Amino acid sequence: MKLWRFNGGLPSLAEHKNESVHLPIETAPVPAQLIYPLLQHIGNPAVPLVKVGDKVLRGQKIADAQGLISSPIHAGSSGTVSNIGEHLIPHPSGFSAPSITITTDGEDQQLEHTPCADFRQLSAIELVAIIREAGLVGLGGAAFPTAIKLDQQHKTKPIETLILNGAECEPYISCDDRLLKERAISVIKGVEVLLHMLACKQAILAIEDNAPDTFSSVQAAIDANGNPQIKVVKIPTIYPTGSEKQLIKTLTGKEVASGEIPADIGVVSINVGTVYAVQQAVIEGKPLTSRIVTITGEGVNTPHNLEVRVGSRINTLIEVCNGYTNKAERLIMGGPMMGFALLNDEIPVVKATNCILVASKNEAVTDKQAMPCIRCGACASACPVSLLPQQLYWHSRADQAEKAAKLNLLDCIECGCCDVVCPSHIPLVQHFRHAKSALKADKHQKHLADIARERFEAREQRLALEKAERAEKSRKKKAALKARAAKKEIEAAASRAKEKQQATSNDES
Amino acid sequence: MLWVLIALLPGCITMIWQFGYGVLFNIIICLSTAVVAEAWMLKLRGRNIKPFISDLSAVVTALLLALALPTIAPWWLPFVGTLIAIVIAKHLYGGLGYNPFNPAMVAFAVLMVSFPKNMTVWVLPSSLLANDIGLAETAQLVFSSLSSSPIIDSITAATPLDEMKTRLNLSQTTDEIRHAAIFSNIAGEGWQWVSLAYLAGGCLLIGKKVISWHIPVSLLAGLFIASSIAYLVEPSISPSPLFHLLSGGAMLGAFFIATDPVTAATTLKGRIIYGLLIGLMSYIIRTWGGYPEGIAFAVLLINMTVPMIDQYTRPRVYGHK
Repeated sequence: MKLWRFNGGLPSLAEHKNESVHLPIETAPVPAQLIYPLLQHIGNPAVPLVKVGDKVLRGQKIADAQGLISSPIHAGSSGTVSNIGEHLIPHPSGFSAPSITITTDGEDQQLEHTPCADFRQLSAIELVAIIREAGLVGLGGAAFPTAIKLDQQHKTKPIETLILNGAECEPYISCDDRLLKERAISVIKGVEVLLHMLACKQAILAIEDNAPDTFSSVQAAIDANGNPQIKVVKIPTIYPTGSEKQLIKTLTGKEVASGEIPADIGVVSINVGTVYAVQQAVIEGKPLTSRIVTITGEGVNTPHNLEVRVGSRINTLIEVCNGYTNKAERLIMGGPMMGFALLNDEIPVVKATNCILVASKNEAVTDKQAMPCIRCGACASACPVSLLPQQLYWHSRADQAEKAAKLNLLDCIECGCCDVVCPSHIPLVQHFRHAKSALKADKHQKHLADIARERFEAREQRLALEKAERAEKSRKKKAALKARAAKKEIEAAASRAKEKQQATSNDES
Repeated sequence: MLWVLIALLPGCITMIWQFGYGVLFNIIICLSTAVVAEAWMLKLRGRNIKPFISDLSAVVTALLLALALPTIAPWWLPFVGTLIAIVIAKHLYGGLGYNPFNPAMVAFAVLMVSFPKNMTVWVLPSSLLANDIGLAETAQLVFSSLSSSPIIDSITAATPLDEMKTRLNLSQTTDEIRHAAIFSNIAGEGWQWVSLAYLAGGCLLIGKKVISWHIPVSLLAGLFIASSIAYLVEPSISPSPLFHLLSGGAMLGAFFIATDPVTAATTLKGRIIYGLLIGLMSYIIRTWGGYPEGIAFAVLLINMTVPMIDQYTRPRVYGHK
């Protein structure tokens, strides 16, 4: 198959997979507590359906979607709802947010689930409803509600290509790779469900060429399945080829226009972990309550690929990995490139958590002093979006976010390639995030100012109208008075004239 | 920056070998002045001295200036030149990364305009000298008596570029001029070897990915194309393209000076335009300008166009038309 090449990227970044890529998926024990932040997807937070003291079973819906862009949440094990309130959530700023806490009873009783014998009997609309009800979100890290991506009702353009994203391009992460090695048949079944839903002709599963074993296991699963619409493709290992837009470019040569979504060019792209969850939800009838997480880095004694109940605290997973080493320096959720540091290990795993990296000093912390930019342009050569990071940095640093926006700051995917290649060790992405939030704040301020201005103008208009009305009234009054006065004068003059006339006629007579 | 210094070594050695110890004195004076001036300015500006000194950018600037200066110069010429480069052209503009003009070339241009007599005294290549000038003798010339020395006229001469220009103005043809001893058939005795040494160093930099090929190749191409056209049209009054490429500062300029990232265009397309323009401008100055060598002025002039080049050569961003 012909492949295309996006600009830049880092071909040499495919490192640190060896720590965990050979480790089979193990199941983590059910922890004593499960914590579910109500917002663990893009969109509106879910609304609790339970109250403190309620008994729940595994697979029971404990919070429901609110509005279209939202997702329900299901209990990961049986137990009692022990708290509904603020809890630390995985967020770069260390926020707390409303969460449901379940104290498990150790029995792990499941809600009855009904497997589906033949998904082809179901319509696309019914399948979208099942996927929405199962709480599926993008498991590659973005956590966008999957049902919306798959819902073709309101879309005008037919989907031609379904892309299954198995290009796990960040260093250290191996959860998708293990999934494809061990459960390829289920994943391919999930692909069939998606093909049926989207009514599209071809599905391409992309795997980086540094994982030949994974490729052959997927190929074997496709051969066993026998569906000619599905194929697996090896793509060059270049970070960030697993980023949606870069992967679409690599496979189709098409670009998603700025501000648009893949469906606008007839493409839907889904992470392979999510495809597995689709198979579980549609065929097995199981909602999303667990996922595979890679726990790795020099900071843990035995790295693992674990099937984890969503809601498990990170420290329970570290225990499975035999604890921290004395090199442990920083806890990162996600990979070293796009992940973020966590405040502590009390924070729960959420649906989007693909990796917990316990980084040592030399893995994550750079103590190199940032030097001035020398305009060498290495960042622009590395940028997979073809931005000019050096010029964006110039404007961002000068607090001129609008100028940066004109240079397409908002198209930055924050992949971190520019940071890696910068010879002056400038934390460019940090500056870009700052400028982006400044833009967002500006936009909000402008919105508020617009509202205030509209209100002010309406008030001014109303006052002016009132004033005009009052003026009109008093003018009328004055006019009336004047008219009356004039009438009197005329009458007086007329009577005077009459008197005079009479007087003259009397004289004459 | 260390690789830039290493890549300049063959050029330095060939310069000293071909033109004597005067070059060595230039290098020593420039380097020591640069380090002291850099540290002094950093201190005045309240900057951290160690990381900025150890990035070697001041040393590279100083070495480039030293190699561009005449092969024998009174001590104060490299000294003043280096101060202009480091203090005025670099730090007064905001230091590393903020200077719009190449500091070494600013210094060269200021010296050229201010001290034209000293800037045109070039020692003959050693192969054309009756007796070699020793280290002690060179030191004496540099530090005390260069202008008053009786031997100065016997050991110095115009550069091949200068000679070519002067004689062309006297209505001689290139064929006649080429037979003078200093030309040694191609680009000038000594000069061609120095140029080849810079070329080798430049190739090393490209091979090591310290610089990209865009600027040097397009600069040399600009010079080559312009001189080829003239040579094809009027060979009797136009020096050959090879003469243009291998004499004067073309190779030094192409691989080491125009490639200074701070003052060059940053986009790939922009770099090609930038290089072409410098090559073309060098040819124009060499042919019609008041000075025999045009690289320094061309670099400065094209430095000015960099913001505009960058503005109009932005790459197409993913997902944009």
